[in-house]
Amino acid sequence: MKDVMNDLSLDLKKKMYAEMLRIRMAEEKLIEIWPSGQIHSPIHLSIGQEAVAVGVCNALNNNDLVFSNHRCHAHYLAKGGSLREMYAELAGETNSALQGKSGSMHLHDLKAGFFLAVPLVAGSIPIAVGTGLSAKIKNINRVSVAFFGDGAVEEGVFWESLNFASVHKLPVIFVCENNLYATHAHILKRQPNADIASRMTPHGVYSVTVDGNNVKQVYLESKKMVRLALSGKGPSFMEARTYRWLEHWGTGDDWHLGYRTEEEGNLWKERCPIKRLRNEILATGLEDIYFETVIKAIRKEIEEAYQW
Amino acid sequence: MVNEGRRLGYLEAIAEGLVQAMEKDDSVFLIGEGVDSIKGVYGVTLPAYERFGAKRVIDTPLSENGLTGFAIGAAMDGLRPVLFHQRNDFMMLTMDQLVNHAAKIPYISAGKHRVPLTIVSFVARKSGEGAQHSQSLQSLFAHVPGLKVIMPTTPYDAKGLLLSAIDDDSPVIILYHWTKIEADVPRVAYEVPLGNSRVARLGADVTVISVSAATIDTLMAADELSDEGIEAEVIDLRSIRPINEKIILESVKKTGHLVVVDTGWKHFSVSSEIIALVSEKAFQFLKASPRRVGMADTPAPAAPQLLTNYHPSKESIINVIREIVG
Repeated sequence: MKDVMNDLSLDLKKKMYAEMLRIRMAEEKLIEIWPSGQIHSPIHLSIGQEAVAVGVCNALNNNDLVFSNHRCHAHYLAKGGSLREMYAELAGETNSALQGKSGSMHLHDLKAGFFLAVPLVAGSIPIAVGTGLSAKIKNINRVSVAFFGDGAVEEGVFWESLNFASVHKLPVIFVCENNLYATHAHILKRQPNADIASRMTPHGVYSVTVDGNNVKQVYLESKKMVRLALSGKGPSFMEARTYRWLEHWGTGDDWHLGYRTEEEGNLWKERCPIKRLRNEILATGLEDIYFETVIKAIRKEIEEAYQW
Repeated sequence: MVNEGRRLGYLEAIAEGLVQAMEKDDSVFLIGEGVDSIKGVYGVTLPAYERFGAKRVIDTPLSENGLTGFAIGAAMDGLRPVLFHQRNDFMMLTMDQLVNHAAKIPYISAGKHRVPLTIVSFVARKSGEGAQHSQSLQSLFAHVPGLKVIMPTTPYDAKGLLLSAIDDDSPVIILYHWTKIEADVPRVAYEVPLGNSRVARLGADVTVISVSAATIDTLMAADELSDEGIEAEVIDLRSIRPINEKIILESVKKTGHLVVVDTGWKHFSVSSEIIALVSEKAFQFLKASPRRVGMADTPAPAAPQLLTNYHPSKESIINVIREIVG
């Protein structure tokens, strides 16, 4: 895919770099804590997939609504969800905003526009479309974004949602994070080909495949989709190709299960979205000290947030 | 309320309620398959469509589960959707969005999200409708905390319970029946509160709790039994969930006998629940084992001659009451 990204400002690059790194480090904190038994929820880590969440959410306004699935930490944090409340909820705290009712798989922060996460695959997609319908009925300028994985397009309700959004030209962006595996099953065991986006075109929906580990490409495509949505052109579909570094849920790797290889994983790790953007920022002449300052600030925020 | 003596059919009462709900509140809209057609939902949505147009009366593709999700999303966003399914059998296609989402979202969000969604559907009891078009599935829905389930019997309740449901901040399922019935219905918009049952007939000898159209059969049975000297107290349940415990228990304490007449199957059902409730809370008042009348324990046949003993009837209700009171 050709790199059309050089027109982003350095400020935006730095912002998206820091946001991706913050999500990575926030989840690494969970890995660190996990053995202590303080986390009372099955955590589905997004490590390796941060660019999709950050690229999309940077194209949105605060009042735009985001919907997610079981692997929701990155989307939640990228849309501005409270890190402190997330930690409290994962630890089973009941005297907090989420009150111990949501666990890791139903995170939400309505003030931030992170509207709903549900672990039933494709479950939040029609609900996102419903808020697109209400935006149209109420005549307000707002975009609804549904994040889901490659497995979700195997659910009937996904197609019901795409069809309806297209017929009514609703301001909805469907973001499919294709990380190749639904739990432990490779996409080619489940679908006739690995090209998901091509199947959307007959529904009259603008659709593209992006490098999901290239945050700038995700961002620019998202901006375009937001423009289409707000100008009444209807829904768009983004297939963002990416890779989950760790096991389906939990804090370790899972190469030993044999459904995928460490060699494959290493190829994707070389394409780490955070490292790629860091290198690009470095090339502009920024010194290492800049990155150290960013890391330090994030570490401080995380340590404070964990004392909820 | 003043009795104006205006007679209205059951379906006309629903239609009038929908228009009045939409007049009263701009956030109410109707959505479902065929809502803009005379054939769609037996015409109940047509006056609303003619009055408010396609923006607020939205005809849809055949996507029952998706539709439920669309309505949930709009409800979470501050609107009050009324979603239609011609038959409650079709709602089996919506169970994921209904049970896993509509019923759960207020809870998992610790009350920050509300889902003021009304789902209107019908129990299509008629010969020929058969196994997939004439079920009465209220017990499945009522099993789930977070859902309210309402079954109006009369035209008065058809309108008044609908207006309450639309005003309610939680998901409410209204299951209407197909029995033709006409009665006085006030012209004004009025609400019948959810969760209240109605004493349809006073009596001292046996409490008969009946559901929806079975109340019509039960009242006919009660009139015949009166000639034999058996006075049945008939309670039109109206609300399956929340259930009106007080009215049931007070009546059973008075009569000492309980019969439940449901439009659905008996096992794992509304009648199971009511008998369990009375057994737990008023057992010492019972003079005989409670009994129940419901659909035969098979899928519904299509042919009329096979339906003779399938649904509760005046005769089957009389027989069961005689057995425990006689």
